[in-house]
Amino acid sequence: MKNLPLLFTGIFFCLAFSFSGLILSSLIQYGHLEPVTEFVNHPDSGEQIPGAFVEIGGHWVEGVNQPDEQTFPIPSVGLAQQGKQIYIEMGCLYCHSQQVRRKGFGADFERGWGERQTVPRDYILQERVLLGTSRTGPDLMSIGMRQPSAEWHNLHLFNPQITSPGSIMPPFRFLYRTQKIGDTPSPDALKIPDEFPDDQPPPGYEIVPTDRGKALVAYMLSLKLNYELPESRFSQ
Amino acid sequence: MSPLLSFFTSIDPRPKTGVPLKVQLSEIDREMRVPVVLFVTSAILWLQVGTIFAMIASIKLHNPEFLQGFEWLTFGRARSAHLNAMAFGWGNNAIFAVALWIMARLSKVSVKHGGILVVAGAFWNIGVTAGIVGILTGGLTSVEWLEMPPQVAPLLGISYVLVAVWGVIMFRFRAMGHVYVSQWYILGALFWFPWLYIIAQTLILWVPARGTVQAITNWWFGHNVLGLWLTPMGLGAIYYFLPKVLGRPIHSYYLSVLGFWSLALFYNWAGVHHLIGGPIPVWLVSAGIVGSIMMVIPVVVTAINHHMTAAGNWRAVWCSPTLRFIVFGGMSYTLASLAGSAMALRDVNVITHFTQFTIGHAHHGVYAFFTMTMFGGIYFMMPRILNREWPSAALIRTHFWCAAIGITIMMVALHVGGWIQGEMMIALDADGNPKYAFLEIVAMLVPWLFSRSVSGMLLAIGHLAFLVNFFWMLAGRRSAKSQEGPTLLLKENEEEVR
Repeated sequence: MKNLPLLFTGIFFCLAFSFSGLILSSLIQYGHLEPVTEFVNHPDSGEQIPGAFVEIGGHWVEGVNQPDEQTFPIPSVGLAQQGKQIYIEMGCLYCHSQQVRRKGFGADFERGWGERQTVPRDYILQERVLLGTSRTGPDLMSIGMRQPSAEWHNLHLFNPQITSPGSIMPPFRFLYRTQKIGDTPSPDALKIPDEFPDDQPPPGYEIVPTDRGKALVAYMLSLKLNYELPESRFSQ
Repeated sequence: MSPLLSFFTSIDPRPKTGVPLKVQLSEIDREMRVPVVLFVTSAILWLQVGTIFAMIASIKLHNPEFLQGFEWLTFGRARSAHLNAMAFGWGNNAIFAVALWIMARLSKVSVKHGGILVVAGAFWNIGVTAGIVGILTGGLTSVEWLEMPPQVAPLLGISYVLVAVWGVIMFRFRAMGHVYVSQWYILGALFWFPWLYIIAQTLILWVPARGTVQAITNWWFGHNVLGLWLTPMGLGAIYYFLPKVLGRPIHSYYLSVLGFWSLALFYNWAGVHHLIGGPIPVWLVSAGIVGSIMMVIPVVVTAINHHMTAAGNWRAVWCSPTLRFIVFGGMSYTLASLAGSAMALRDVNVITHFTQFTIGHAHHGVYAFFTMTMFGGIYFMMPRILNREWPSAALIRTHFWCAAIGITIMMVALHVGGWIQGEMMIALDADGNPKYAFLEIVAMLVPWLFSRSVSGMLLAIGHLAFLVNFFWMLAGRRSAKSQEGPTLLLKENEEEVR
């Protein structure tokens, strides 16, 4: 093999092949997915029919998103959005996935991680997609529904052993601070069970989440898979 | 003559005609000395840094309270610092040294203006350092294999181009005649890596693509860092050192052609198997599975080619420090790749995906194959570069055994532990409910994770032996050994070996 242009052409096209096959074609195929509404307005009566694509009179009609309608997926905003940044910079992704596989492939459904499989449209509003490839800890796609209490998440992040004995998750105590109790105890002060004497604050003090801790918990609570998409219905 | 033209004339690296080959090679070695020493020194230092972070991350997995007070060392950050120190600190520096040196020797060209290489190498190390400090202090991107804050990418990019362009220049001005297979691998990889890196940076961090297109880009990139960057460089090194040390040609030219092109064609489709069952179009997953299975062809072809070259020379393999590491690496490449192809099958993937098995597999490829091969390459290269021998055969032996036994323990721990983890995750009882609670699975996993830390200790000792031997060699005066002959691992049969 002496022919440099031929060698180089081969080297170029081998990667170009997978680049166009995997990257460009998925950009073309679903790089422009839009949120959907759950209803299609009947063209004649104006009546709302559930579903994003509905067959009316032999034609498939696509729902048009109205400004005042709820569209899906639901964007995560405000504090939850800030919490996602904490999730990213702590590297939670390296132990927790955010994806639910279809029923019958793995046991995601049986473990209660989601009522339906997740599909590309579920992720279109996320600037950074955190699917994850490891489940050293459980999947978090619907953690906001499985553990809806902020108190639980705070205790879990402060010391995972309180809520999940035997867990190998590291404690995130640096997301909490110990402060002197003011006139009245803070509403979000941690109620650490008596079995954990080492974690108790000194008398007259309380442990409260920092702003970052609050944001991370808000993000956890915002992770819900409680809506349907036309291409993925519950119990599928 | 214009300054630009005179610059181009001055980088023309072709040797003067009529000089004997041995003199040419020693001239090349001399001109490569400064950059190679810089790259190897940085590589070995990064290896130690990566090992420290690896131990911290590993211990944290079975002992979560360990160092828990330090936010910057929380598990997600420590493991990312480990990965980046190893991949971009150790791996890339080792590649810059070994691959450029092989390229120079095979093309029979010498490097003019090696200073540019040194500057580029210095900036590369500054970039990696900044990236790792960024990871530890909150700049972690949580994009696998692309963890460093995007701000360091331009610095890495520019230094990479300054380094890689020398590889291309050398090839361009090569001595006419046959082009050896190692040169194809190195040239290909030098070209593929920046393409992968730029696309991944762009579509994930700078202008994020919509939804899970990012995930596909991520695994196209992440898997190809192994497949089209570390693997070709490792294979190029094996193809160079195996025949070189044995003093016999490679078994079959045609098998090496087939091996190269089938790798180039199939490997870059394989990454999607990290998303089997995930929220992406199923046809993409199928394409990824096909690519992964087709990888059997280059792997088997290359394995046959290497085996037939080394067959009948096992004593030489055992005596030579270079070949011991290289052959260990080559065999691991075959095993790891075949395991990787199997992991892409849906029936296997449903068990191994999301478990420690995958982590074991990654170390199988990157450590048992790539890193061992680079160790071997450095053991061969440095005596020629420095005109000195390795001071201690005992330290090389320590390095080899610690690395070989350590990585073997790690493979067993993570593969077996991961497989059990995967089986427990999907096991259902008669009523269709999960048979094992999640925390039961975690409890099962802890002893396996503990054995991984033990294996890490062994690897750390090996790396330390390597470090000591290297700096001893670097600091030592020209030793008498270089007149006596090379440092071998079995003294008594020295004649037989040579």
